[in-house]
Formats: sequence, C-alpha cells, structure tokens
Amino acid sequence: MKPAPFDYLRADDEEEALEALAEAGDDARLLAGGQTLMPMLNMRLVEPAVLIDISRLPGRAAIGDDGGVIEIGASTTQAELEAWSSLARRAPLLAQALPLLGHVQTRSRGTVCGSIAFADPSAELPLCLATLGGEAVLRSRAGPRTLPAAEFQTGMLSTACREDEMVTAVRFPAAEPGAGYAFTEFARRHGDFAIVAVAAIARANGIRIGVGGVAEQPAVRDWPPLAGSALDDALNELAWSLDAADDAQASARYRRALVRGLGKRTVQAATEARP
Amino acid sequence: MKRIGAGSRHRLGLTLNGREAQGWAEPRMLLCDFLRHEIGATGTHVGCEHGVCGACTVRLDGAPVRACLTLAVQAEGRRVDTVEGLAPDGELNDLQRAFRRHHALQCGFCTPGILMSLDAWLETGPEPDEAAVRELLSGHLCRCTGYSGIVAAALEAAATRRSEDD
Repeated sequence: MKPAPFDYLRADDEEEALEALAEAGDDARLLAGGQTLMPMLNMRLVEPAVLIDISRLPGRAAIGDDGGVIEIGASTTQAELEAWSSLARRAPLLAQALPLLGHVQTRSRGTVCGSIAFADPSAELPLCLATLGGEAVLRSRAGPRTLPAAEFQTGMLSTACREDEMVTAVRFPAAEPGAGYAFTEFARRHGDFAIVAVAAIARANGIRIGVGGVAEQPAVRDWPPLAGSALDDALNELAWSLDAADDAQASARYRRALVRGLGKRTVQAATEARP
Repeated sequence: MKRIGAGSRHRLGLTLNGREAQGWAEPRMLLCDFLRHEIGATGTHVGCEHGVCGACTVRLDGAPVRACLTLAVQAEGRRVDTVEGLAPDGELNDLQRAFRRHHALQCGFCTPGILMSLDAWLETGPEPDEAAVRELLSGHLCRCTGYSGIVAAALEAAATRRSEDD
C-alpha cells in the first residue's frame, strides 16, 4: 500500500523541527530513518497530517565519547554506530546487539534514537539502553530535559516523550573496567524482532540482566554473583515474573523456557567476557 | 525549511546512475514508485512495500537501502544507483555474469535488489566469506533458488575481484 497524503516539512535545524512539532502537535510525526515509521505509513497504521523530516539535521549525526558516556545524536544511523571504530572497546553490548538489529539494508537508514523513541518491546536498542542504565535527551521549545531509560520507556510502544518533544540524543554508559558484557537473542530468522532477547553485565560484585520481548518493556534485574542452581532459580523466578503471553510466534511457556535458557547462556558469556 | 503541501506535486531532481534525472512527486510518493513511474527506470522491483522482501533495494549515496521505505523527496539531490547502472545496455557486469553461470536466479523478481546489496558489499573488497554473504542475503527473500546459486555467484565475484587487485 501507499501512505495517505501528508504535508512534508524538511527541517534544516533542530529549532525548525521543534517549531513545526509545536505547531502541529499530535497531528505530526517525526521522520528520521523511517525504518519503522515508513512501513506504518505504507500500511496506513498511522496517518499523520504532517511529516517532519529530521534526517538532514546538521550536527545530529554524531557519536560523542566523553569520559564515561557515549552520546548518539538524533540522525545517527545504526550503521554509523556499527562502523564506529571504538565500538567493541567502548560499548561491547551495543557491538554485540547491532548486528542482530534488522539487516544491513535497514541499518543503513534506521537511526539509534528512532529505535529507542519507538520503544518496541522486542527491539534491541531499548533493551541495551535499559540494561546499561542510559538516558534519553528530550527537547521541546521550552528546553531540554533528560530522563533515565526506566522513566523514558513507559510501556509497549509508549514513552514519556510529549507531543511537542523530540529525542535529540541518547546516552549509553561506556564500558566499565572489569565488567563483561553479553547480548543474545532468539528469532525465527536473522534480522527479525527477537522472540526473546537478553542483555547481561557481569561485574565483580554482581550481575545485571535485561530481558526484552516478553514483558511490555525491557525488564532489568540486579543480582549478586550467581552460578549453578542459584542462577537457574533466579532465572526461573524472572521468567515467571514477566507475565509472558501466547501469541502467533511463541507460547508463554516457550518464552519462559527461552528466558531460562538464553538467560543462562548470556550471563555465562558476560562472566567469561570479564577481563 | 522546505514545505510541500499534501496534494501538491514537487519537481525534484537526483543523480540516477551518474546522470541527472528529474520528475514530479507528491510528498507521499515512495522512492521506488518515483523511479519506476516518473523516471521510467523499471529495473527496481517492488515487492512487499514494507521493507521485508528486499526486492526494491537500491543504493542511496552508496548505501544499500529499501526504496519502499524512503520517500522520493528524501532522495532529492542525492545519488541513487539502481540495477540499470551496473553495466551498459546489453552487457552484464562480473557479478551479473556470475549470477548467470551459477543459476542464481529463476524468475528474477528479487534479483535487482540482491544485485544492489551485493554491489555495495563487493565495493568494500571483501574476503569471499560465505557467512558474510548469507548475512547480507538475510535482508532479501528469494522463493526460486534456495539461495545456493546466489551465494556461489557472490563468492566467485568477490574472489575474482580480489585476485585482480593482487
């Protein structure tokens, strides 16, 4: 199908985009990479009156690495982040997750901020942001505000982003010395949304695990160092706590089994990855 | 700020396979439809129209992208390369010849998109690595071949180009 008609605005800078957003309110959608929004427009799941193209904003296609934080601008594509030469060293979780996100042909346009702003419960980048404890930077004409990942994503496909705000950047904490990182997922085909995805950070004093694809938003837990049957028990409890549901792709029981199996594998991989 | 009203048609130009091309587009016109219906470049095929099948893959400023997930107005002033640009009329390039040798197509509907993804990959001078080719092909659906011939053709083209560079 083809999109329903809309007015097209190409913003030359952030101020123009915010101005247009303030004018059009909830009749407007921001278009960055379009790899989620364009299918929705084509299938007429959304019919905005105004489309504000922010893919050409100057200076937003930037990867900042300032001490402990990796900051990604609004129009930085997933492919640009994947190609960043310091990625494996500075953000090993992202380095493992990005190749699983869609395909080469969609990462070339899809943006990092766009994926996080869309907040799909099965998407890799919101899971990484939640597990790492990152932040989203939002801006409206009234000014900027910064929200931790847990406050930004409020549910399935929903965030705290107001209709006059845009996500201008996301911030991922950089790799901590002494910590190991791992990301795994299970999908029917490479590049599909995950049925279950697991991110894990292993530190000397404990484990942090994040699970995507089961609950309405990424579920993050902090545990003391666990192994063997204690880890199995913790994973079993986590699996049951997420209120898994049956759908066309997988049953709730199957999802719980994936949380246990992938969870164990991912925690072990993160532990082994500790330097 | 550029504004184009919902119903109005906007004259836009881009560089298609190295030549200037122009046509008219409403804001909602997809790049694949602009190429086919406005410019008449029908080599790019349109399959699912929601980014899954990969048939419409073209190169935008060098990168392989879904032309059905890109608005024509977004490609304004940019470089677009399609299957028509791979070789002069009536000729095939090395990758296309490898496709013919290895029976890498039957109906040919998915082929233009696959060729453009592989064209971008080959330009990086890759090792002929089957896992890399299969990962690249995961962004394309082919219902005729079972992919084996496509993988073989891609690996041969990569190996030949590398040996020529030695």
